[in-house]
Amino acid sequence: MSLTRKDVESIAHLARLAITETEMPVYVDSLSKIMSFVEQLGAAEIAAVEPMAHPLKDQVQRMRPDVVVDADRHEKYQRNAARVEAGLYLVPKVIE
Amino acid sequence: MTELHHQTLAELSAGLRARRFSSVELTQHFLSRIERMNPALNAFITVTGEQALAAAAKADQQIAAGKGGALTGLPIVHKDIFCTDGVLTTCGSRMLSNFTAPYDATVVARLSQAGVIMLGKANMDEFAMGSSNETSYYGPVKNPWDLKKVPGGSSGGSAAAVAARLAPAATGTDTGGSIRQPAALTSLTGIKPTYGRVSRYGMIAFASSLDQAGTLTLSAQDAAMMLGVMAGFDERDSTSVDTPVPDYVAALGQPLAGLKIGLLQEFFEKGLDEANGKLVRDALKVYEALGAKLIEVSLPNLPLSVPTYYVVAPAECSSNLSRFDGVRFGYRCENPVDLMDLYKRSRGEGFGAEVKRRIMTGTYVLSAGYYDAYYLRAQKVRRLITDDFARAFNEVDVLIGPTSPTPAFDIGAKTDDPITMYLNDIYTIGANLAGLPAMSIPCGFLGGLPVGLQIIGPHFAEAKLLNVAHAYQCETQWHKQMPAGYE
Repeated sequence: MSLTRKDVESIAHLARLAITETEMPVYVDSLSKIMSFVEQLGAAEIAAVEPMAHPLKDQVQRMRPDVVVDADRHEKYQRNAARVEAGLYLVPKVIE
Repeated sequence: MTELHHQTLAELSAGLRARRFSSVELTQHFLSRIERMNPALNAFITVTGEQALAAAAKADQQIAAGKGGALTGLPIVHKDIFCTDGVLTTCGSRMLSNFTAPYDATVVARLSQAGVIMLGKANMDEFAMGSSNETSYYGPVKNPWDLKKVPGGSSGGSAAAVAARLAPAATGTDTGGSIRQPAALTSLTGIKPTYGRVSRYGMIAFASSLDQAGTLTLSAQDAAMMLGVMAGFDERDSTSVDTPVPDYVAALGQPLAGLKIGLLQEFFEKGLDEANGKLVRDALKVYEALGAKLIEVSLPNLPLSVPTYYVVAPAECSSNLSRFDGVRFGYRCENPVDLMDLYKRSRGEGFGAEVKRRIMTGTYVLSAGYYDAYYLRAQKVRRLITDDFARAFNEVDVLIGPTSPTPAFDIGAKTDDPITMYLNDIYTIGANLAGLPAMSIPCGFLGGLPVGLQIIGPHFAEAKLLNVAHAYQCETQWHKQMPAGYE
C-alpha cells in the first residue's frame, strides 16, 4: 500500500499537525511502509470473530455517580497554560 | 558493610530497620552517584535532590519511631510519564517541556504513602513511543553496559539508572514491551502486570487498552515488594480491576516441582539470534533441574501481533494525544495567526518525528473508509491472539521464551527504518494485546551484553510469575552482575 503526498497532507490536516517540507517525503515513505507492513492482517481468518476492545474478558468500564469529587483547582491547572486571563484560556480571535 | 548501591531493596530495607545507615545517608549516596555518573548516561530528566532529602529525613523519623513499612526510606526513580505534583513532568517531549504536574499519579501517591523517596524523573522515549530511548526530546540514554549501545525503551532512563546503580529501583510503563525489553538489555528484572492491576490514573496515556505500569528492579523479590504497594483498585481509573492484591513477597519460595512451562514455538523460530536462543535454552535447563516440565506449545496467530499492535496502538495514541492543543497546557507555537495555525504548529513543533508518525498512522486507520479494513480487523486479530494464549494456558502454567531478539544494538542503528525498530518488540507485544502479566529476568551475556528471559502468565498470575523468577534467581547469579565502571 503506497500513500501519496496528497494522502499524507490530508492525514496531517485531520490530525492537526503542521508537517514541514523536509519532513513530508520522509512521512510519505515511512507511512507507506507501515501500511504495507500491517497488510499482513488481511491473511487472518476473521469472519466469525468479535472485535476485542478490552483485554480482560467480560470487563466493562465502570460507571460512577455524576457528582463533584474534587475541589476547584482551576488556578493551579491554569498555571500550565500559555495564556490565561480572568480564569479563561486565551486563543487567537475565532469570531470576527 | 556491602556498598549501599550493591544492595537490593530488600537488603536496604533490612539495613534501614537495623539502623546500619539512615534514609538520609542512603538518599545522599544515590544523589552523589547521580551527580557523578548521570551526565554520561543521560538517564534522568529531573533530579529532585532537595525534596528527596526532606522526605528521607521524615522517613528516618518514622523508622526511629518504629513506624513505617518495608519500603519506608527507600529511594527510587519514577519514569517521567507519571505525574508528580509540583514537579516537571515531560513524558520525554518538547510538548510537555514546560509542564508542572498539578497532582500525583496513583502509582506515585501509593509509593510515596508507603514512605518511598523520589530521587527524580527518568528519561524515556517521547510519550513512550520507541524501543531504544532515542526518540526523547532530552536526547538518547546510554546503556551502562556499553555507552555506544541503546538501553532499550521506552523505559530506557529507568533501566539505565537502576543498571548503573544510580537508584536501587524504578517505575516504568509497558505498552508493547517498554519495561521488559529495557530490563533485558540492561540485565534487570522487569515486570508488566496484568492490564488493570495497577492504576493508570496520572500516567500520561499512550494506548489506553495496552498501557500498564510496573517496575524495574535488581531482583524478583524487589519487584514483589514494590508491586504489592502499587497494585490494587483505584476508582479514578475506569479500567482498574477490583480484585484483592495477594502478598507477593509471601508467595516467593514455593517449589517449582511439577510446574508446566510452555515453550512457544513461534518465539524460537522467527528472527531469534542463535546465541541468544542458546542462553534461553540454558535457563530452561535450570528450571528442569528444579522439577519443571517443558511442553512445546504453538500460538498460530502470534506472528500477527506486531502488525496488530501497529494498528491498535497508533489508533489509540492519535485519540489520546489530541488533548495536546497548545491551549490548556503544554507547548504553544510563537505568534499563531489563527486557531487552526495555533493547533497545527503547536502540535507540529511540540511533537517529535516518531510521535507524529504514530499519530498520523492512527488517524489514517481510524478515518472514514479505512476503519473496517484496518482498525476493526486488527481488533478481531487481537481476539484471535488472546484466544491462542488462553488455549495455551489450559495446558501450561507459564510461557517462557526470549524477551528480545538480540542484545542491545548501537545507538543510531535502527533509527532510519521504523519497521526494523518495531520488530524489536516481536516477543513482548503479545502479552500487551492479551492483557497478560509478563516479566523479563537476566539469563546471561553475549559479548558482554545482557540477555533477558521472558516469563508470561495467565491474567492476575503475578504471584506465580514472581515466584518462578525468584526460583531462578536463587539458582543463578546473572541478576547480580554489575556493569564495569559502576561497581
